[in-house]
Amino acid sequence: MTLFLLNVLLALAWTALTGELTATNMVIGFLLGYGTLWMARRADAPSGYFKKARQVIKFAFFFLWELLKANLRVTYDILTPRHRMRPAIIAVPLDAKTDMEISFLANLITLTPGTLSLEVSNDRRVLFIHAMYVTDADQFRRDIKRGLEQRLLEVLR
Amino acid sequence: MQDAVCAALMIAGTFFMVVGGVGVIRFPDLYMRVSSSTKASTLGAGFILLSLAFHFNELGTTMRAVATITFLVVTGPVSAHLISRAAYGIGVRLWEGTIRDELRGRYNPDTNVVESVELESNEDERPQAP
Repeated sequence: MTLFLLNVLLALAWTALTGELTATNMVIGFLLGYGTLWMARRADAPSGYFKKARQVIKFAFFFLWELLKANLRVTYDILTPRHRMRPAIIAVPLDAKTDMEISFLANLITLTPGTLSLEVSNDRRVLFIHAMYVTDADQFRRDIKRGLEQRLLEVLR
Repeated sequence: MQDAVCAALMIAGTFFMVVGGVGVIRFPDLYMRVSSSTKASTLGAGFILLSLAFHFNELGTTMRAVATITFLVVTGPVSAHLISRAAYGIGVRLWEGTIRDELRGRYNPDTNVVESVELESNEDERPQAP
């Protein structure tokens, strides 16, 4: 966390010194600051910041890719005359425990086209998802757990 | 170059908006319609706002565009979830092509209690963190 704040400060310093207040320049400053901090990292007391930063970026790209794939499928179904969907409401057991993990997961699932989180059971162990393309319920459960949930928990924990 | 990127993003945004609108008309039940409309608005508006940010290329405008996208992404799914949850609560029917409903009988509208299901979690199958 301290390293992240330091990184932001370095980005601000870069924008102030170059005197060009644009978003692009700030991003350049942030990347340069990241490189500087990475070179100056301590070998004896490793910080989780660099690993976390990489994980967050990897997760963002993974999610954008999933978003794009699901979107194309739904778009295709909307624009062609036949309905190909096989909707179902599937119960998915949760490994996410805290409020934040569950709400992040439910939000990301709803954000993906074709899936919609409907309910969480009162004991917070099961998430009910309405999905539009289900060929096999167990396969769908595995996809959600191995794909989105596992990666999200890696980033959050 | 900049104009081309702006135009491409703007076209992508409007395309998703149109598709989402058509989806609302064409999909057969409420749950799929909610899916279609929320995604259309978040993705469509997201692309259009990005196009705006590229067009002006100023820190203030970009920040506002990014903040708007963030709030859309955070609030859109919440409203979709609430609408569909309320719909299920008052018994809006699923499309007859729906192949499975694992929530059936587990939700009690009087007490608002949702029972959980016994499913084996695959927590032990996952690779252990080093």
